[in-house]
Order: sequence, then C-alpha cells, then structure tokens
Amino acid sequence: MSDPKTLFDKIWESHLVDEQDDGTCLIYIDRQLIHEITSAQAFDGLRASGRKARRPEANLCVPDHNVPTTPGRGGTDEIEDDESRIQLETLEKNAAEFGLPYIPINDARQGIVHVIGPEQGFTQPGLTLVCGDSHTATHGAFGALAFGVGTSEVEHVLATQTLIQRPAKNMRITVNGELPFGCTAKDMILAIIGKIGTAGGTGHVIEYAGKAIEDLSMEGRMTVCNMTIEAGARAGLVAPDEKTYQYLKGRPMSPKAGAWEQAEAYWRTLSSDEAATYDKEVVLKAADIAPQVTWGTSPEDVVAITACVPSPEDFDDPAKQEAAKMALKYMGLTAGTPMTEIAIDYAFVGACTNGRIEDIRAAAAVAKGRKVAAGVTALIVPGSGLIKEQAEEEGLAAILIEAGFEWREPGCSMCLAMNPDKVPPGKRCAATSNRNFKGRQGADSRTHLVSPAMAAAAAVTGKLTDVRDLD
Amino acid sequence: MQKFTTLTGVAAPMDMINIDTDMIIPKQYLMTIERTGLGKALFFELRYDADGNENPDFVLNKPAYRDAKILVAGDNFGCGSSREHAPWALLDFGIRCVIATSFADIFYNNCFKNGILPIKLPAEDVAKLLDDAMRGANAIITIDLETKTISGPDGGEIKFDLDDFKRHCMLNGLDDIALTMENADKIDAYEANLKTTRPWL
Ligand code: SF4
Repeated sequence: MSDPKTLFDKIWESHLVDEQDDGTCLIYIDRQLIHEITSAQAFDGLRASGRKARRPEANLCVPDHNVPTTPGRGGTDEIEDDESRIQLETLEKNAAEFGLPYIPINDARQGIVHVIGPEQGFTQPGLTLVCGDSHTATHGAFGALAFGVGTSEVEHVLATQTLIQRPAKNMRITVNGELPFGCTAKDMILAIIGKIGTAGGTGHVIEYAGKAIEDLSMEGRMTVCNMTIEAGARAGLVAPDEKTYQYLKGRPMSPKAGAWEQAEAYWRTLSSDEAATYDKEVVLKAADIAPQVTWGTSPEDVVAITACVPSPEDFDDPAKQEAAKMALKYMGLTAGTPMTEIAIDYAFVGACTNGRIEDIRAAAAVAKGRKVAAGVTALIVPGSGLIKEQAEEEGLAAILIEAGFEWREPGCSMCLAMNPDKVPPGKRCAATSNRNFKGRQGADSRTHLVSPAMAAAAAVTGKLTDVRDLD
Repeated sequence: MQKFTTLTGVAAPMDMINIDTDMIIPKQYLMTIERTGLGKALFFELRYDADGNENPDFVLNKPAYRDAKILVAGDNFGCGSSREHAPWALLDFGIRCVIATSFADIFYNNCFKNGILPIKLPAEDVAKLLDDAMRGANAIITIDLETKTISGPDGGEIKFDLDDFKRHCMLNGLDDIALTMENADKIDAYEANLKTTRPWL
C-alpha cells in the first residue's frame, strides 16, 4: 500500500508536471482569477515577450478592488476617479485582447473575486486555483488548493498554465465540539490566529478538521480559509463533503449533468487518509471560543470581547512588547480598558471574509428593530451583485436600510479603502474584513476586526459590544 | 531579470517585526499600471509626515542610509497582501537584498522574480547584522550568492542557505517563463491526460 497522504499531498501529486532533483516542482494550475490591481503588469509582460494566454477559458477576470460602491454607480466609463477608471479599462482591454472571460462592473455577477469564484462554480474541489491576491486562500473551503501569487506569477500562469513551486508542509488545525451561542466562523479563525500568531502557519498548508469545522456552512468555511493567510500559511483546506456538493450543484460553471457524476465521484476521493501525518498539529475546543475582537494593528492582536485592552508588559518577547506599544499608540487605546467601553465611529460589514449572504443575514438579525447609533456611519457592502439581489429579495436590505445602514454596490470597499469608502484619520471602525494593519481602512484609521453580528451590534450601540448581551 | 552575484552596500537596520506589505507600499500606489517609479513611495507612512515632508527619524531618510542596498529586519517580513508592488518599490529604491529571521511566503517568492535576494537567518545572526547596520555609513556588508556568504564590516562571515534552483536562477538572471517553456512537452502531456482524468474541467 502506498504511504498515507494528506489532502494537500493528493492535490499536489495530481498536479505535478515535473520535479527536479532538488525538489523544485512544476505544478499545473487549473484556474486563475484576475482582478484589476495585480494584473496590468502581467499582461504587459506577455505583450513584451509576444506570448499568448495558454488557456484563456481557465481564467476569469473581474474588477473589485477599486470600484466605487455608491448606489447606481453605472459602468466603467462613469467612474470619476481617473486612476481607478484607467485600471478597469486596462483590465477590460487586456481580457478582450487575450480572450479571457470578463465580468464587467455593471453585471449582476460582478463582485469580489473570492466571492464570485465559488458563486459561479468556478471554484471546485481538487483544483489548483490562484489569483494575484493573498486571500485566494478562501477557495480552500471547497477542498481546492488555492493560494495567492504575485504579478510575475500571474503572468507565468497565463503563459504556461503552471507555476514553479516547492511543496508546502502539512499542518492540521482541529476544532472539536460545537461553537457556543453568539460565536461564528470569524470568531473561530480570529481565535486560531490569536493562538498560533501571524507567522504560525508560514511554509504550511493548513487543513481544518473537526466537528466545529464540519458543522460550518460553506460560507463559514470560506471565512475560516480566507484568514488562513493572516496565520501566515500558504493556503487553507477543508475536505469536501455533502455541503460542498450541494453548494456547487447547478452553479453556472459547475460540471453539468453527466459530467457531474464523474466529478463528484472524484471529489469524494479528496480527503486525508486516516493515517496521514502532519508536520504541525494544533487542537482547539470550540466551546472555549468567545466572540473575538482585535485591539491592535496585526490580526494576532486579538482578545475575547469580554477582555480588556492588554498591556505591553503582558507579552514576554521584547519585540512583541515594542509592537504592542506602537499598536496601542496608533489605536489610541489605554491598557486595561474593557473592550466593551471602546466607542466606534464606523461599522463595516463586507469583504471577502464576511460579505456573503449568511453574513448579511447575521447583520440584519441584529439590526432588526434597532437603529444605528447617533454619530456612527454603518456600511453593508455585499460581496457580489447576486448576493445583493438575494438580500434584497429576502428583505434583509429593507431591514438594514430601515435601521440606518447604508446599502451599497458590491466591491472590496472599506476593506482596503482603495475606492472612496474610507475611514477618516483617527476614526474607529468595527469591521468584518481581515486586516487591521495601520492605515488599512484609510490613513490613520483604526480597525477592530469582528464578526458580522458583532459589527452590527457595535453599529447599533455605538461601541464595541458583546453581541450575546443584546436582548 | 537582473543577475545577482555579489552585492556590496550599506545595510539599513529596521528592527521591527511584521513589516507588512501595506507598510512597504501603501495602497494608493497600487493604482499604477507600471512596475517602475514606486521607490519614492517605499515605506511611505514611515518615511513621510502628514504634510509629505520627510520624517528625519526614519532610517532611510538618514544621510548614512539614503543609498542603502540591504535591509535587515525582524520576523515575518513582507506579511500581508500578495502585491508585487512591494518588491518593485524596494528595487526601485535600490534595495537588492533583505535579511530577516523569517519572511511571508508570497513576498519571499515575489522577491526572486525581481532579482531581490531575501535571506533567512537565525535570530543571533540577524541580531549581529542589526548591530553592524547601526553603524551608519560604515555599515557596509557584502553578500556573495555563489558561496552563500555575508561578510560584515569587521570581516566576520555568516553563511546562509538557499535552494539550488533559486540560487541558479538568481546567479544567471533567468526568466522563469522561458525556463518553464523548456518543459512545454510535459505540460502538453499533462493537459492531454487531463482530458481523461478530469474531463469536466
Ligand atoms: S475584500 Fe479586502 S481582502 Fe478581500 S480581496 Fe478585496 S481587498 Fe482583498
């Protein structure tokens, strides 16, 4: 019998085109998502060397990062900001020139790459999938080996449909038991990052396992895999199961009847062998997880909402102490302050972490019958046009608008504030995105990462709030 | 791509952990559709104040380090986004080598595509180099990729590790795509096989 293999090993081996003596591998890349920020220079490279896209149909292009989200925004030609419009026009032109499928801004299918990939059925189990974006890890929720690449690698994939890589190490994070009331996939991944740190997964692919992971919806699994990159890992993986197949069935780019049976039979082989071993293992109890909130400028600066702002002295490592000091200063926080006493100015529900229908439902459940607190600006930015439509049909948009939330067009928006959606200097935001780096949501903006329910709770109370305490 | 054989230059100390790609090059510079010209925005937030004036305390603004070719930094350098604008900005500024205890994977890979050598060293070695780098204009170190050696200003030597393939590509300035194209027959064979193994794709 052959050696027991992990899910990662299986996908890796099935994509091996060539292996050199020193272990450098050429692996086949099945699919690539392309957006406006990291692709222009790759297409230039192709043009300069007279190369073509090897398999145009293996790509999907969509603008998302810098698109405006103002209601009724119109088409590319209506974007006021010159740089942003030029980037979109460039993507549109490049897609046409190289024959790649392209979803324009005013198409209902437009949205954040990592939201629309699964939504369109472009993402499937067992694939290798890349994108010039670190949060490509999201697609691992389907049991696809999905990772972010730089622009040179975008070009490499376009030209050759392969990448030169070395195998990652295997890591498994098992979350046993059931998540307690008020806790979500977001709280789970924040707690994991708090435990292993932002470099805890470096060089590894993390496979998530255990009952708490299996119990998550596909949306929840995407949230967990999304932030795997914040744990430093190359990719996250969840073995596909019935929920995965259910989610994919009937999606526009999923295998069609006939081919579906064959694909599903193959997908069912995609799980780690029982005896497979991992280079690193971490085990958590879901019951120990409380709603999480970040206090600093790195996703690992995270505590339970019931805790207080930590003090630099709480850390043993002098480098961490220094980083904590700088973070507290930047965040305008004093050690010892209860997290629930921190007032906010903005709330943001959206991003590839939490911009899916389940997230909007969670925000609407909190918003129902309540009002956004005076002085707070609250934005809901659906991850795609289709999610926006669905939320409108389900009556969620009406609830949120009634409560005083702004209901926006899809895009990355306030997650990285490349478009006009910015948190002003010194202002504080409860955000469902994935990064709380300095200036991430706008110059000198202050970010607290939370789940959608927690962001909505902060919006209606005007301060960071334990969603479990709302009656 | 520019070859990397030996490099001699001033090393600038950045004794911080988690230097992320937003710090290396903030998002307002991602609107470009070019690879060049980003050097002026390198470490933008640290380098300039709110009015756009240089912050005199930032290491690369100090006279001794304005022409630094090497950075020495703490854990997890380059974490965050996949933006290749980060190595483009470093390169445009003139940085050809970053030495740190650890790097984020995507950034690490992106460096090699641009002729920047990221060197991973144990904490003691990085501490020693940080110490050397504190000496301002005297902080001149030499990196020899052929022998995988760093020579400090006192003549002390530190060995580093790098896989042979990456070293070979850097030494010869090889273009990855051209290298891969040499394997075109293998890619063809893989794709032909795909039609039977995973025909739904
Ligand atoms: S939503 Fe944020 S993290 Fe996700 S792809 Fe867009 S900018 Fe990146």
